[in-house]
Amino acid sequence: MTNELYKSLYELLPQITGFIYPNEIEIHWGILVVVYPYLTGIVAGAFILASLVKVFNVKEVQPLYRLSLLTALSYLLVAPLPLLSHLGHPERSFEIFLTPQTSSAMAMFGFVYAWYLMAVLLLEIWFVYRTDLIHWAEGETGAMKWIHKGLALFSTDKSEGALAFDSKALKTITIVGIPSAFLLHGYVGFIFGSVKANPWWSSVLIPIVFLFSAIVSGVALVIFFYMVITPLTGGKINMKCVDKAVDFLFYAVIVDFSLEFVDFIHRIYQSEEEIKILSEMVMSKLFMSLVVIQVMLGMLLPLGIISITKIFKKRFSLNEDLRKMFYFISVLLIQFGIFSTRWNVVIGGQMFSKSFRGLTTYKMEFGGLEGLLYAFVLLLLPLVILAVLLKILPPWKEMREEGKGLNGETTGGLPAPGA
Amino acid sequence: MSLSAFAGGGRVNSRRKFLRDVLAFLVSGSAIGGVFQILPAKVLAKEAPRKGKWYGFGVSVDKCIGCTRCVEACKTETDVPREPFFTRTWVERYIIKRNGDAIVNTVETKPEGVPDSAADRSILRSFFVPKLCNQCADPPCVQVCPVGATFQTDDGVVLVNSKTCIGCRYCIQACPYGARYLHPRTHTADKCTFCYHRVSQNLLPACVEVCPTQARIFGDLNSVASPLARFRRMNKIHVLKPGLNTEPKVYYASLDGEVR
Ligand code: SF4
Ligand code: SF4
Repeated sequence: MTNELYKSLYELLPQITGFIYPNEIEIHWGILVVVYPYLTGIVAGAFILASLVKVFNVKEVQPLYRLSLLTALSYLLVAPLPLLSHLGHPERSFEIFLTPQTSSAMAMFGFVYAWYLMAVLLLEIWFVYRTDLIHWAEGETGAMKWIHKGLALFSTDKSEGALAFDSKALKTITIVGIPSAFLLHGYVGFIFGSVKANPWWSSVLIPIVFLFSAIVSGVALVIFFYMVITPLTGGKINMKCVDKAVDFLFYAVIVDFSLEFVDFIHRIYQSEEEIKILSEMVMSKLFMSLVVIQVMLGMLLPLGIISITKIFKKRFSLNEDLRKMFYFISVLLIQFGIFSTRWNVVIGGQMFSKSFRGLTTYKMEFGGLEGLLYAFVLLLLPLVILAVLLKILPPWKEMREEGKGLNGETTGGLPAPGA
Repeated sequence: MSLSAFAGGGRVNSRRKFLRDVLAFLVSGSAIGGVFQILPAKVLAKEAPRKGKWYGFGVSVDKCIGCTRCVEACKTETDVPREPFFTRTWVERYIIKRNGDAIVNTVETKPEGVPDSAADRSILRSFFVPKLCNQCADPPCVQVCPVGATFQTDDGVVLVNSKTCIGCRYCIQACPYGARYLHPRTHTADKCTFCYHRVSQNLLPACVEVCPTQARIFGDLNSVASPLARFRRMNKIHVLKPGLNTEPKVYYASLDGEVR
């Protein structure tokens, strides 16, 4: 294994430009550390979308409520995996819980994560689904009955008092949940933003930029899922809901873009000693992923597309399919854009030397624990988990609710899970 | 560019103490909880204790001839891989051209890496700069380590406990000097230890011992009689990247402004 490492490092040598410190040839945080903030970003974004419904009572996006919660959960379950796999000693990772160093941002990972999973997401989902679970279990037989009974923790109380308590609990959890979601992703940003040795990361704006890009990626992904899953399950896409969600997404992208722009201008205006090497890096090694994919394809193009549907509202409101297609393309582009944002932050931050005199290079492996294939598995795993969750906790009722009347579609009563 | 590490010593210290007190008051008063009370002490600079030893290092840039015996000795002494990607100490070579351009590279441990520059008239000056872990008094690597595997001893040396390091490499990111790497065999973070195993036996670090020109000096900063104390008295001293407030304890004499 070590020999392979040496070999791959020797291959990198000719690609180094300028002078870098000898220990800097190896890029230490690779694709897995790119995947990690991408996944947590989706969690935070999806949760904030769900909160929109609960706290701010945005009725139109109600069909996305449960889907966003389940999306958040399936991505949160996978989020620690990339971190764990990239440790030199994963078997010691529990030390973070047992002997955390309180001065370290990273040491708080376990606590922030556990808090968010246990105190926010799982709790909220449980209260949302409790009555349904009881309902479903009553009409079922076999394994599913027991799964639902078990998930309801064998509660059977459907009284008015219990329902009232459920909804009160939900309100409280969401209110605690929003700052927690902010904390979760702001904290991931802080891990980078607080590294003073690295001028590409070290910026107070980084946690905030992370937050807004999180909102962008989460909302875009839930819209995407909704647009794919609804037709697959025989439902009709509720365009009122999608319109509203895309509206929200549009403004989030604008805020995200402005923040990044401010950060950019600020760096150029301050023009500290590292500016030369950073601009060299952006113009050479990061040109494709930063300028082309992140900014042009991932931000400006979708902003333009959505703006067109807004400007020519009349024409587009007549042609729903065209609008759908435009939205679909935009949310996909945004997803790629945000992934490259993560890439540019994580990998970009390690490509220039802290001597500010040279650039190294990142060569991604294909196989192995730090490789592309495994990263793909990690990116796809939440989809598998989501599919299972959708089977056990179907959100169809929600997803179609608003569609009633609007599309002339009736779903009548609670569909059997998996319908 | 390079600032003296000791500018206005006394006043800076009292101001720092004042700031620390204010911060400690604010933090403890804001009822965030016991955990955060530990922070000010850790985050703010650690000054040399009045009693006991407080180790530091001196480098005389003028004296270094770039022979890299120090690098060889270090690799042999401390089981650092022979490959060029891992090193606890290295020697940089600077060639400053008449037009102001600086050409920098790491001196290879094989002698053919050093071309003859005396004949080249476009060269203004050239020199060697040995580098190693700066053993900061306020080390960012200690601050960020999530499990406390990187720690500072009472005598001011930053060490890594390879039995508890989880290999997250946060410390490598946090080090502004590129002094850390992940050991390819142990999969834990590794760095210069000032040869702690030798120093605690009253021996000199391996690199100091082999240096033919005494470009490297080691000693106790608290002892007035140590060669290091004398070195600091006799020379104009600079440290690397002073703006980051890491308070390095590797002191350079005749350091050029080009060196970062
Ligand atoms: S790599 Fe080891 S020493 Fe460095 S921060 Fe992580 S646990 Fe601490
Ligand atoms: S052994 Fe001494 S002279 Fe030779 S490279 Fe090292 S510090 Fe310079």
